[in-house]
Amino acid sequence: MELTTVWFALIAVLWMGYFALEGFDFGVGMLLPVLGKTEKERRVLINTIGPVWDGNEVWVLVAGGATFAAFPEWYATLFSGFYLPLLLILVALIIRGLAFEYRAKRDNDSWRARWDLAITIGSFVPALLWGVAFANILRGVPLDAEGEYVGGFFNLLNPYALLGGVMTLLLFLTHGAMFIALKTDGPIRVAARALAVKIGLGAAVVAVLFLGWTQVDTGSVASAVAFVIAAVALLGGIAAVRSGREGWAFLGTFVAIIAGVAGLFLALFPNVMPTSLASGIDLTTTNASATAYTLKIMTVVAVVFAPIVLIYQSWTYWVFRKRIAVHHIPDPIAAPTGS
Amino acid sequence: MDTLDIARWQFAITTVYHFLFVPITIGLSAIVAGYETAWVRTGNERWLRLTKFFGKLFLINFAIGVVTGIVQEFQFGMNWSDYSRFVGDIFGAPLAIEGLLAFFLESTFLGLWIFGWDRLSPKLHAACIWLVHIGTILSAYFILAANSWMQNPVGYRFNPDSGRAELTDFAAVMFNKVQLVTFPHTVLAAYMTGAAFVVGVAFWQLRRRGTSEDDQQMYLMALRPAAVIVLLAGLGVAISGDVQGKIMTEVQPMKMAAAEALYDTEKPADFSIFTLGSLDGSSEKFAIKVPNLLSFLATGSPTAEVEGINELRKKYEKTYGADPGERYYSPGGYTPTIPLTYWTFRLMMGLGVAAAVFAVWILWATRRRRIPEGRLILWAALAMPFLPLFGNSFGWIFTEMGRQPWTVFGVMTTARSVSPEVSPFEAMVSLVTLTALYGVLAFIEVRLMLTYIHRGADELPVPAGPTSEGEDRPLAFAY
Repeated sequence: MELTTVWFALIAVLWMGYFALEGFDFGVGMLLPVLGKTEKERRVLINTIGPVWDGNEVWVLVAGGATFAAFPEWYATLFSGFYLPLLLILVALIIRGLAFEYRAKRDNDSWRARWDLAITIGSFVPALLWGVAFANILRGVPLDAEGEYVGGFFNLLNPYALLGGVMTLLLFLTHGAMFIALKTDGPIRVAARALAVKIGLGAAVVAVLFLGWTQVDTGSVASAVAFVIAAVALLGGIAAVRSGREGWAFLGTFVAIIAGVAGLFLALFPNVMPTSLASGIDLTTTNASATAYTLKIMTVVAVVFAPIVLIYQSWTYWVFRKRIAVHHIPDPIAAPTGS
Repeated sequence: MDTLDIARWQFAITTVYHFLFVPITIGLSAIVAGYETAWVRTGNERWLRLTKFFGKLFLINFAIGVVTGIVQEFQFGMNWSDYSRFVGDIFGAPLAIEGLLAFFLESTFLGLWIFGWDRLSPKLHAACIWLVHIGTILSAYFILAANSWMQNPVGYRFNPDSGRAELTDFAAVMFNKVQLVTFPHTVLAAYMTGAAFVVGVAFWQLRRRGTSEDDQQMYLMALRPAAVIVLLAGLGVAISGDVQGKIMTEVQPMKMAAAEALYDTEKPADFSIFTLGSLDGSSEKFAIKVPNLLSFLATGSPTAEVEGINELRKKYEKTYGADPGERYYSPGGYTPTIPLTYWTFRLMMGLGVAAAVFAVWILWATRRRRIPEGRLILWAALAMPFLPLFGNSFGWIFTEMGRQPWTVFGVMTTARSVSPEVSPFEAMVSLVTLTALYGVLAFIEVRLMLTYIHRGADELPVPAGPTSEGEDRPLAFAY
């Protein structure tokens, strides 16, 4: 197999991992006002992802860094082209990240309310916009003969892309609800289960529409298989949560996201960013890539260190496997009130 | 303003801002890890209280370091896409490796440390914060390797067919001689910064009314070792800085000349303590100098020739005047902004020296566990955190502005690096948004930090060891 193909696959894996992990962080963040009616309930929700959200977020930094290293032309065109959406995602990630750490630092209702809003908006914006971004990559955007994006901002808000955004939004909401059902106890757990079914069915409809549309446009046999696995996993997850089998349910949405993203990359291959302009050039795994030497170095580094990372990251989830209920939340050690 | 100017302002603002918090993270993570190790080893609960107190301050700082770091990675692609295309084959790899090796390590083990007090054995829990610290060091290594390549490009070739720079020797990039001296210089400066922070906070606690005698002894346990670290790290910063100066003279002579406002080549060259230049920065009007010292600092020999700005500019016009690749070069303008490089260089050094001097003073004044009285020493201690903090900023402004007009010295200019299809409007939206957001967050962070410093170290609750399965206690810590 070509090294460029290997790295296309590795970057796909990084995005698959990112969305499967940060996806439930976004879901939990968006469900904060829905499932967290009291202060302690909200803290239960936040603490399900407290130890792991930051490690999950690193997946996107490595995905971006790997794209820069392995396909510099793709990195350059994508990040300079999708400028304003990326800026919005950045702002969202910044305020969300700070909110987790700062929220409990003052014992003051309006302080907490502001940070709660930061968590919710900071989760909603990326959940929507990542889907919009990936849909646009698949659809093809105006790239000129130099591979530069020349399409402007509103070009990115087309129906296909917006549908993709709604799909990721609903999928992450479902995934978040599944995670909450798995990690909490008491009334929140029950409410999360019910919500997971409702939102999950909506997500399934949109996913079938979007993935179906994608398959018709640019799909291959491989992507079709992946999309079918995704749909089955999602529906299986919804069925599992209805019968209270929360572990299987979470696995269902986890696999659904992984398979869905895999399918998108399979549908994209061998392009990395196709153009919609007749006079432009498609960015492909071959013309956008780094040199074979660089890819070789990166491969050695990845093969050695990625397994180590996976081991210690999964260990974290094992350490914090206990379910959290309202009575587990300690009273704040008299945090300063201030403002 | 065009996109280039806006992009440059944004890079400067976001990077200086990010690097206010990062050195504290690097230094303080080691110090907090040290406190926790001392507690595990000795069982003295004062170490645990210090761990928790400075740990909380560490976390307030760490959070903002992380979120401002995300911008850094995205920014290369967003504002500097031509740079990314041209050097991505070399520059992208250290960034990706930084993420894989360092960021995962830091974030994962910090989560374990914050939440794992009742889930991990004391030794394992302490190991977590050490791993976070190691993560910060790894992060520094890889990002500095990337930056050092910009200062002194090695291990690459220019491929005229692809029109870009291509990596030929990864080891050369990882062990670039600029990198080998910049890494210790930066990390030691970070240790200074974290330690200076502890000195300032601990000294204030020592002196305020309301701190019990018992607590005063506890803060002294933090204060004195921290002052020692400032001193020893400061020595290391000075030594590595000296070596760095010599390497800089060799590989970036224009930067050394600019640092010294040395307009004309001199043999031997005098070191300027104070120079006033003409308004356009093109010549010297008045100077106080130490004879031969610049020759010595720049090369190790007190009689050596040191090249001046004007000679170098003519040399570069000859060397780079020929256009090797139309897209990546812009002729002329080889001189950095002299007043800026001259003063940032001196401020960096001056602040470092001041920190070391104050550290000595404080060590002397607290000998045999005395609590020093007096206004002056209190102000010196309160100033301490800011000295290496801004020394870092001036150092980075110096080294980046001293490399201008190049992004990659001798290979690619800043003017050619900017994203060609990003409009000034988009760039301005980004600059204004990020600057305003950072301003608000800084305000929040500082106030929060001051609140928790003011609160002082908490008394310990009943210590909780690891829970056994089946026990349904509240969490030891929750957001």
